[in-house]
Amino acid sequence: MAKAYSPGLQIRQRVLHSSRRILPIPGDVLGKVGDQVTSQQIVAQTFMPGDVTPINIANQISVAPSEVPSCMLFSVGDEIHVGDVLARSKGIFGFFKAETKAKTAGTIESISHVTGQVILRGAPLPIQVRAYQAGTIKEVIPEQGVVIESEVTFLQGILGIGGEAYGTIQFACQDKDEPLIASLLDESMQGKIIIGGARMTGEAVKRGIEIGVAAIISGGMDDEDLKEILGYDLGVAVTGSEHIGTTLIITEGFGDIAMAERTFNLLKEREGSEAAVNGTTQIRAGVMRPEIVIPLDEKMKAAPQSETKQAASLGILETGVPVRIIREPYFGLLGEVGEMPTELRTLESGSESRVLEVVLHTGNKVIVPRANVELIEG
Amino acid sequence: MNSTAEKKLDPDQINVILATDCGSTTTKAILIEKKNGEYRQTFRGEAPTTVEEPAADVTVGVVNAVTEVGELAGRKLIDENGEIIRPAQGDTGCDIYISTSSAGGGLQMMVAGVVREMSAASAKRAALGAGAIVMDTICSNDKRLPHEQIQRIRELRPDMILLAGGTDGGTQKHVVELAELIAPAKPQPRFGGTYKMPIIYAGNQEAKELVEEAFDEDVKLTTVANVRPVLEQENLAPARDAIHDLFLEHVMAHAPGYNKLISWADAPIMPTPGAVGNILQTIAERQGINALGVDIGGATTDVFSVFDGTFNRTVSANLGMSYSISNVCASATLPMILRWVHLEMDPRELQNRIKNKMIRPTTIPQTKEGLVFEQAVAREALRLAYIQHKEFATTLKGVQQQRTVGDTFSQVSSGQSIVDNMKLNLLVGSGGVLSHAPNMNQTAAMMVDAFEPEGMTVLAKDSIFMMPHLGVLAQVHPHAALQVFERDCLIYLGTCIAPRGFYRSGRTCFQYQISGNSLNETGEMVCGEMKLFPLGYDESATVIVEPRRGYDFGAGSGKRMEFEARGGTVGLILDARGRPLMVPADEQNHLAELTSWVEEMKLYPETHVMAQR
Repeated sequence: MAKAYSPGLQIRQRVLHSSRRILPIPGDVLGKVGDQVTSQQIVAQTFMPGDVTPINIANQISVAPSEVPSCMLFSVGDEIHVGDVLARSKGIFGFFKAETKAKTAGTIESISHVTGQVILRGAPLPIQVRAYQAGTIKEVIPEQGVVIESEVTFLQGILGIGGEAYGTIQFACQDKDEPLIASLLDESMQGKIIIGGARMTGEAVKRGIEIGVAAIISGGMDDEDLKEILGYDLGVAVTGSEHIGTTLIITEGFGDIAMAERTFNLLKEREGSEAAVNGTTQIRAGVMRPEIVIPLDEKMKAAPQSETKQAASLGILETGVPVRIIREPYFGLLGEVGEMPTELRTLESGSESRVLEVVLHTGNKVIVPRANVELIEG
Repeated sequence: MNSTAEKKLDPDQINVILATDCGSTTTKAILIEKKNGEYRQTFRGEAPTTVEEPAADVTVGVVNAVTEVGELAGRKLIDENGEIIRPAQGDTGCDIYISTSSAGGGLQMMVAGVVREMSAASAKRAALGAGAIVMDTICSNDKRLPHEQIQRIRELRPDMILLAGGTDGGTQKHVVELAELIAPAKPQPRFGGTYKMPIIYAGNQEAKELVEEAFDEDVKLTTVANVRPVLEQENLAPARDAIHDLFLEHVMAHAPGYNKLISWADAPIMPTPGAVGNILQTIAERQGINALGVDIGGATTDVFSVFDGTFNRTVSANLGMSYSISNVCASATLPMILRWVHLEMDPRELQNRIKNKMIRPTTIPQTKEGLVFEQAVAREALRLAYIQHKEFATTLKGVQQQRTVGDTFSQVSSGQSIVDNMKLNLLVGSGGVLSHAPNMNQTAAMMVDAFEPEGMTVLAKDSIFMMPHLGVLAQVHPHAALQVFERDCLIYLGTCIAPRGFYRSGRTCFQYQISGNSLNETGEMVCGEMKLFPLGYDESATVIVEPRRGYDFGAGSGKRMEFEARGGTVGLILDARGRPLMVPADEQNHLAELTSWVEEMKLYPETHVMAQR
C-alpha cells in the first residue's frame, strides 16, 4: 500500500475551530447565536442536585419502617434546617416519645415505608461553563450549551495534567532544545502560559506552581518528576481533574526530548497573545488530547491563508508528509515519509511488520514500522 | 432488541464471511471463505480503531481494516459509499458481516448487592460474564458511609448498574435500601445528555415493585430473574442477557459510529470478552477438559476458565499492554518486571518508555531490547490478572458445606478458588503480545512464567487473534466457527511438565524418562533448571517423572507419575523452577539462571538488523 491511515497531532497556524461547551446536566444557556464571547465569559449554567444524606429514621426513633411516614413532622419537598425535629415517635400512651433532629440542612427527597429511611438532599451545587474559546456563538443547544466558532491557531499536545487555564503566552526558553529549568521562571510570569523547549524539570514545575503560572508547555518531562508532582504513578492516560496548581502540557513525550520545531516556531509567532489551554487527556476512552487554542487577532485574520497539506490533515500517511518517530531506537526524530514498501519486513525484534522509510532532517534515512510514526498534521 | 438479531441467515448460502473486532487500540478484520466444502480463514488486516477525533466514528477503522483485507484477498469488499458489499458475487463482497467490540474502553459497569461475598459477588460474576469491566461494587457491608457510596456512583459514571440482593422470598429491606441509595445519586452515564442510565434489577423478585418505586423516570429500569434465587444456586444467564441487550441498545448506540456499525452487522455485536468466552467454553465442553484462556489486550486482560464444567471470566481493567501498560508497572513495580529481563537496561529510561507507550499505544517494539522489555511487562500483566481471576473464581460463598469426620482437621471453608493449576489440561493464550510474538517459544515462555502450570499442561495459542471473531460467528454459524477454530485458529505449542514444590538451590528436583517415536531421553532436573525437547506438532511422547520428596506432579509428594505429552511448534518443556515460581534473590545468580532459561528455551535468536541507511 502506498498510503495508510495514521492518526496524528494537529499543529495548525490558522484553522476554523469550534468548541462545544456543554453542561453535564440540563440548565440555562446564557447567549444566543451570533453573540461574541470572550474566553472566560460564562455561557451556560445550571445547578447539580445537591449531596444526599440518608437518615435511618426507623432506627433513630425505634419504630418499624412502616410507621416512619406517620411519625414524620415534614413531608417530601419540605426544606429542613439543622436542628429541626424531623420525626417523633408516638410513644406509649403518649409518653416516652423519641425524636430525631436534622444534623444537616436540605430538602426531603423521599420517605421510605420499606426501609424507614429518609433521603435529605442538600443545596444545589452551581455549575458554570465558560466560553473557553473566544469567538462567535454558532449554535445554541437548548438547555445544554453552545458551540463557539472562530479562527484560531490550534496545537495539540500529547499529554496534559490539570484542566482549563487562560493566560498570555510567554517564552521561558529561547530554543526548542533548551530544557526548562527553575531559574528560567520569575515572578513576572504569574498568570501566564509559559513555553519551554525540551524537558521541563520537576524543579521548574514546582517553581511555576509557586509563582502561580497558568500553564507550562514544553517538549517532554521525566516520568519520575511527574510521579513526584502528582504524588502517585499515573496508571492510565485519563487526566484533567488534577489540582496541582497549574496546567502542564507536554508536546512530544516522556524523557529528554525537544519540542518539535514547527510547534515551537508557531507558538513563538503567537507570543504575547491571549490563549486558552486544556490539559485534559483521554487516550484510553479515545477522545481527547491536550490543546492550546489561540484566537487570531484582526491583523492575522486579514492576512492571506498559507497553504496546508491536505493529505496530512486527513490522517493519510504517504510519501512527503511530515512525521515524528514515536518509538525507540529513533524516538522523537522528525522527518518526511520516503518510500513505503508494500511487503512485510523483519524487524530487529524478529517481528514482521509493514514499514516505511523516514527521511530525517539530517538527510539520513531510517526504516521504521508504520505503527511507530505519527503524522504532524496541519 | 437490536434489529440485526432478527435477520434470518441460511447457513448453506454462506460462503464468504467477514468479521471484525473493534479493539480499544486496533480494529482487526478477517476473511473466512468456504473452499472445497470447508471453511478456512484466509486473509487478515488491521487498522487503528477510530472512536477518537478526528474520525470519531468506529466504522472508519472498520472500513480501513476491511480495505486492507480486501487488497490482500483481491476481493472488493467496500463499495463507493464506503459500505460493506453483500452478498458475495464472484470476487466482490461477502455473504455475512459480524463484529465484536471493546472500543471506547468496553462496557463499564457498577454492581450493587446486599452482601459483598454473596449477592454482590453473584452480580459481579454476571457482569464479568457479560464482558463488562466492573468499576466498583457497592454493598451494604462495604464499610463506606451511604453518602460516600452515592458520591462514588456520581464520580464513576458507569455505562450501567446491576443491582442484586436477597434470595427470592427472603428479606426485602436491604435491597430496597440499596435502590434508595442509587436513585438519588442520579448517575450520569458517559455518553450523551439524553442517555438514560440503564439499571438492571436482579434481586429478590418479591421486592421488585418496591425497587421500581424507588427509581424515577431518570433511569431505565429492567427487571430480570434473581442472580441468586436461593443461597446454594446462581442463575446468571438472565442478567447476562439483559446486560448484552442493554449494551447494544444503549451503550454502543451512543458511542461514535456504532449505530452505523450495528446496522451493518448481520448478528448482534458482542463485547469482545463475551465472544472469547463462548469459544473457550465450546473447546472445554467438546474435549471434556479443564481449560484456561487469556486474552491480553491494550486496555484490559481477560481470563477465562472452565474447571469441572464451571465457567468463570474476569476482566482485569487497567491491566493491558498499551493504554494500561503504565498501570501494570505501577501495580507490579519495576523490580518485579526487571526480574524477567536478561539484558542491561537503564531503569529511568524504561520508566519513560512505559509512559511513552501509554500515550502512544499503537507502537510496536522495533529492537530486541524493546521486545524483551515488553514481554517482561506482559508476564506481570498476565500474572496479576490470573491472581485476580483465582480470587474471583470460587465456589459459592455463604453456603454451608457438609463436613464429614474425615474433614475434622481440614480448615477449608466455603468460597475456595476452583482454579487449580494441577488440574489444568489446556492453557490458551490470545491477544497481541501472545499471538504476534515473533517466536512461538516466547509465547510459551510468557504463559509458563505467568501462569505457573503444574503437573502436565498443554499450551496453545490463538494463531492470529481470531477467537473473538469465532466466538460471535459461533452464534450464527457454529459449524463454520468450529471448523475454522480447529484448522486455523488454535496452534498447539506443546506441553509443559512441572512439579509443585519450593525451589531449593542445588537440589535434585526430579528424574525423567521420555519415550516416543523421535524422542528418547532420560535424565535428572536440578532445581531452577528448564529443559526444552523437540516434539513435533503431530507427535506425542510418554513422560515418566520421579520427583524427590517435597515435589508433587499430582499424585502426591515424591510420587511417580506418567504422562502422555502432546507435541507442538515449541515442543516439550520440563520446568524444575518450583511452584510457586521463585527467582534467586541475589542479582548475579538471578541473571545467570535467567540467561540459562532464555538460552534453553531459545527465546531470542539473532535476526537481521535493519540499520540506518
